[in-house]
Amino acid sequence: MAARKNGPVIALGVVLAAGLAAPLLTGSAPGFYLEVLIGGLMAGVLYSLVALGFVLIFKASGVFNFAQGAMVLFAALALARLAEWLPGWIGIPAGFPALALAFVLATGIMIVLAWVVERVVLRPLVAQDPVALLMATLGVTFFLDGFGQTIWGSDVYKIDLGISKEPTMILQSMFEGGILVSKEDLVATVIATLLVLMLALFFQKTATGRALRAVADDHQAAQSIGIPLNRIWVIVWAVAGFVALVAGMVWGSKLGVQFSLAQLALKALPVVILGGFTSIPGAIIGGLVIGVGEKMAEVFLGPPLVKMWDLAGGGIENWFAYVLALLFLMVRPEGLFGEKHIDRV
Amino acid sequence: MRQRNIGDVILDVRNISLAFGGVKALQSISFDVREHEVRAIIGPNGAGKSSMLNCINGVYHPQEGEIVYKGEVRRDMDTHHAAESGIARTFQNLALFKGMSVLDNIMTGRNLKMKTGILAQALHFGPARAEELREREFCEHVIDFLEIQPYRKTPVGRLPYGLQKRVDLGRALAAQPQVLLLDEPMAGMNVEEKQDMCRFVLDINDEFGTTIVLIEHDMGVVMDISDRVVVLDYGKKIGDGTPDEVRNDPEVIRAYLGAGH
Amino acid sequence: MFYRENGQFKASYVEDQQILGIRQDRWFIFGLIAFALFAVPYLASDYMFRAVLIPFLIVSLAAIGLNLLVGYCGQISLGHAAFMGIGAYAAYNLVVRFPQLNFILVLVLAGLIAALVGILFGLPSLQIKGLYLGVATLAAQFFIDWVFARVKWFTNYSPSGSVSTAPIEMFGFKFDTPTERYLLVLVVVIVFALMAKNLVRGHIGRSWMAMRDMDVAAEVIGIRPMYAKLSAFAVSAFYAGVAGAMWGFVHLGSWEPAAFSVNFSLNLLFMIIIGGMGSILGSFIGAAFIVLLPITLNQILPVLGGLVGMNFGTALASHMEFMIFGALIIFFLIVEPLGIARLWAIGKEKLRLWPFPH
Repeated sequence: MAARKNGPVIALGVVLAAGLAAPLLTGSAPGFYLEVLIGGLMAGVLYSLVALGFVLIFKASGVFNFAQGAMVLFAALALARLAEWLPGWIGIPAGFPALALAFVLATGIMIVLAWVVERVVLRPLVAQDPVALLMATLGVTFFLDGFGQTIWGSDVYKIDLGISKEPTMILQSMFEGGILVSKEDLVATVIATLLVLMLALFFQKTATGRALRAVADDHQAAQSIGIPLNRIWVIVWAVAGFVALVAGMVWGSKLGVQFSLAQLALKALPVVILGGFTSIPGAIIGGLVIGVGEKMAEVFLGPPLVKMWDLAGGGIENWFAYVLALLFLMVRPEGLFGEKHIDRV
Repeated sequence: MRQRNIGDVILDVRNISLAFGGVKALQSISFDVREHEVRAIIGPNGAGKSSMLNCINGVYHPQEGEIVYKGEVRRDMDTHHAAESGIARTFQNLALFKGMSVLDNIMTGRNLKMKTGILAQALHFGPARAEELREREFCEHVIDFLEIQPYRKTPVGRLPYGLQKRVDLGRALAAQPQVLLLDEPMAGMNVEEKQDMCRFVLDINDEFGTTIVLIEHDMGVVMDISDRVVVLDYGKKIGDGTPDEVRNDPEVIRAYLGAGH
Repeated sequence: MFYRENGQFKASYVEDQQILGIRQDRWFIFGLIAFALFAVPYLASDYMFRAVLIPFLIVSLAAIGLNLLVGYCGQISLGHAAFMGIGAYAAYNLVVRFPQLNFILVLVLAGLIAALVGILFGLPSLQIKGLYLGVATLAAQFFIDWVFARVKWFTNYSPSGSVSTAPIEMFGFKFDTPTERYLLVLVVVIVFALMAKNLVRGHIGRSWMAMRDMDVAAEVIGIRPMYAKLSAFAVSAFYAGVAGAMWGFVHLGSWEPAAFSVNFSLNLLFMIIIGGMGSILGSFIGAAFIVLLPITLNQILPVLGGLVGMNFGTALASHMEFMIFGALIIFFLIVEPLGIARLWAIGKEKLRLWPFPH
């Protein structure tokens, strides 16, 4: 119980502590500092989006879905390529109409994918131990990576959301030189917020959402009152697929759709460790903490480290999130918002 | 009638309280176990019997109370200390090592006695082999005793339930315990299997003088084989004494048969 | 038929406890080893040694290491290639800084250094299990990758960040030709595989398996989780370290930090899933599979493409590889979680009883 109250406080504390300490240590201008902070938060939003998919699936089926990153890549590839091909196929104008239709089609593809995963992977492996399921999702990861690149291609593709790449200057009156914020990041944040609101509505207000929550609480009890477990799994994987599509769209428009997206999505693992596997707010806050922490570490911790030990360049964001999660695990294995387990003998 | 020479108190549990969050599993439970006796713990489901065993061998750590074992007073037990000082146990829901053979399962009971290091083990010849053979021989006695010779090399998962229970017992016996905790050794068995298991329990008690603490639901079995009985109900002790005393204790009758009787 | 054990009685526990209990199995394995030692050097081509046999043997050793940890002790590791990296860089630094050291000693020391790091990164396993541990080992992977990429001391201040090794020399003998290198690797792998087998049939191996199968029961019987888990991490990392040192010195010759990336780690994991968790033999089978599959695909796909009149590039081969790995992993997890080694064992059991069904 205490965990629920303390969690956000701890998370906020971490962010604030890192935030307060950084400018003092480096003596940098507050404007620059805020810029880094906001940049971190925006990156964090993207992590949160992927982490959300993890949490949804873990809650409903107890599966630690390693393939969430591959799903992001797959969805982004489908979206980018369909948007490119559709004008040629059916004469729909390129640009926004093609993208919109491609989005609808990609959603359909992710739903089909969810159905196939449930049929082929989950159903035969039901009630296996979690590590076997984790490895099965590793199999899904590899299959999707290979399959996606076979049918959609393996170059770098663009998703054009029609947002200018020019950063905007805000708060010019408050800070000297103002703060640079990328418009894409702003749009990403708006989209992510909308998605979270939609999910919240879906879970709280619809019958399917209630069924999903029931399954998350207790599989057997849910089954015994007639909730069809298999269909719930398809739905939840489809929802996770949709979340992956949104994440892939936002991320792909920012960085280009390419194989490294799948690797980047691995960052969602430390996020869910931090937030707890079963908590949606945890995924969001965890994503923000990791995003900010990583950016801060890279900008403020990297250079002194490089200087102190004469390193061949920074790049600590490659491991920072994982090590942060690891340290966190030692102190609080259940995550910020997770539930504690007692082994029964 | 069996010849018994029951000794002094070997295990004394004092005012043990255990809670999981708000759930009070045990409330100030005290009882003692004498050397060489068969002590039963009975009570309805959820009475805290398994929790009690888990406190005795250190799986759970009670919030209050103390455990006196062989004269040593401890706040709580830890599993390794319990194992090392001669407490072994079996489990209510089989907790065998599924991926291993019957022999290997029983051999794990000797692990505490096996001391050769990693390098010697990797080389195998020499001290590691001598030790392995010595302990193998001991385990073969356990296997003979429990009459499971034909299944030595069978993966435990393939054995029927009753035999798995025997292997569970064998693994505990291999540790040569002074105190053996049995958590529902006869649950889910048919009459013949129960008789076999009773015979094993009594033989262990007679031949090796092992002190036995036993949780059991079958009242016939409990009344027949135990020397003294503790009765738990909703985490509280409601009775303690010989089978006859307990059987006629009005409070125990009430707990078992419900109020109004 | 010929695979019978009639008349093979075991009169002592020594006989009963030998690794290969059935005489036919013994002959088969001895024959295989003799073939690998005495016949293969005359039969195989240089390409065969360089592209197939040497990498197969080395990754087998790494897979054995991972199998000890995952298959026997039940602790997941998604970062085992990092321990190989530790071994490789440790060996590199030992050779650079102490050129007179015997190569075997270098291998062992590299393994020991990897074991120390393994213990360090195994510490989280005392607190956390399963999925959480997977993430902890990923942390090890990325952190170690970074260290070797950024800390110049480890690469001896090489400007490009990549390192190249000196030729291997032992007791005045130079291992230059692929055949000589193959034999060196073969002997090391046979010795370490045998030692692994000895470990898993002794009390330490039993304590690992007990932790894997039912950790609370293991604790109650007196097995210390700390000792069991950390020893598994140490031994496992030792094997990975030795394999990594050989991978660097014998197989690659020169390498960049990316040589021991997370993809390598995942490939090791696939080897033991496909080959067989909790089986030394399975580690070899899985390694053979993962080494041979890409080579085979690269050979077969262009031919297949030619048949249907299409041009299948190498990109497709690598995508196919991903798909086949993925599909196989799912297939094995569903159909036979204990991998090919288990299928092999079932086959042998059937053969023993043949022609009777039971």
